[in-house]
Amino acid sequence: MAELNTGDGGGGKDKKVRSKKQNSKVDLTAMVDLAFLLITFFMLTTTLSKPKAMELGLPDKEKPNEKTANIKVDENRTMTIMLGDNNKLVRYVGLLATPVAGGAPKQFTYGKDGIRKELISRKASVLAYSTAKGKPKNGMIVIIKPSKKSNYRNLIDILDEMGIVEVPTYAIVNEFSPEETKLLEGK
Amino acid sequence: MAVKMSKKATSIDMTAMCDVSFLLLTFFILTATAKVPEAMPVDMPSSTVQSKLPESNLATITIGKGKVFFDLKGKQVRIQALENMAEKYGVEFTEENKKEFSLMEGFGVPIGNLKQIIEMKSADRTKADQPGVPKDSLDNQLAEWVQFARQANIDVNDKELEIAIKGDAKEEYPSIRKVMDILQDQGINSFSLVTGLRGKDF
Repeated sequence: MAELNTGDGGGGKDKKVRSKKQNSKVDLTAMVDLAFLLITFFMLTTTLSKPKAMELGLPDKEKPNEKTANIKVDENRTMTIMLGDNNKLVRYVGLLATPVAGGAPKQFTYGKDGIRKELISRKASVLAYSTAKGKPKNGMIVIIKPSKKSNYRNLIDILDEMGIVEVPTYAIVNEFSPEETKLLEGK
Repeated sequence: MAVKMSKKATSIDMTAMCDVSFLLLTFFILTATAKVPEAMPVDMPSSTVQSKLPESNLATITIGKGKVFFDLKGKQVRIQALENMAEKYGVEFTEENKKEFSLMEGFGVPIGNLKQIIEMKSADRTKADQPGVPKDSLDNQLAEWVQFARQANIDVNDKELEIAIKGDAKEEYPSIRKVMDILQDQGINSFSLVTGLRGKDF
């Protein structure tokens, strides 16, 4: 295929003309191959390596000498998610001592078959509850409690889950009550 | 006659195709940003978030293996921040040092050892075992870096610096929280977490 005929040098008049005609055509197949290979390479590397940024807003830090008023929240709207070691995840709904029906502490897995299903169903039931009370704007509140043994991936996963399910209010809380620690370590 | 026709068909004129492909190639080469070698490569967790990380006005705090690395975008901002840090800690940097610093990648050494790192070749920097920027309450250089970087960015670009946290997926939560606490102590309550991309079905 790839032929590049250079002039034969000497020869008759007829031959010279012929060799010139052949010269004008260079086989570009290999060049095109190479170009497309490089295009593919650059296309893939440019789009895939762009890191994404997850925005995270935290509340103002409480100053030790300032006492902020505790805001009372309806416990029927809250779900607490505790992150433990080895990708463990325990959630309960309402207060730990008196959980809402069906909201007793239970272990879940990450991902669409685990906590996401629970979040979606709980979100719907909270919305129904609030609407019945005449305040349909009060959505679910999720409290995320990453333990000391949980890792960064767990935190990102659960924050991502908040984004996917579109939980209206969520917060990261670092305080653990002794009961919660026991629950997370015992089960 | 028929034989001649089939002979013609075997070679197609590739010139136009070649032109187009090289045009595309040039485009992609020019738009591609050269990958800066990282001082500490980390395995980022992935999320479904689509928003991109800003290209300027950004400081990246990389956390991995308990160490913290600091990186800053913008040459002028970097020089300014370095000068302020040098003044605060009484470390001397030459003009060449500053220029080199403005071009290098992130670093993870105390300010006293920064000069050594700057004077290394870029290939050696990744191999050098950098201990991380000190961040404990006694010697909190990370907080100083963030503070001076913010100031420098306001001086140079007249914009508030954005902070991104780039953590290793396996990093334990307390070290992430420590960095978040340092940021919050300075009143930075909103920052970005750098992640990779994935689909919703995981």
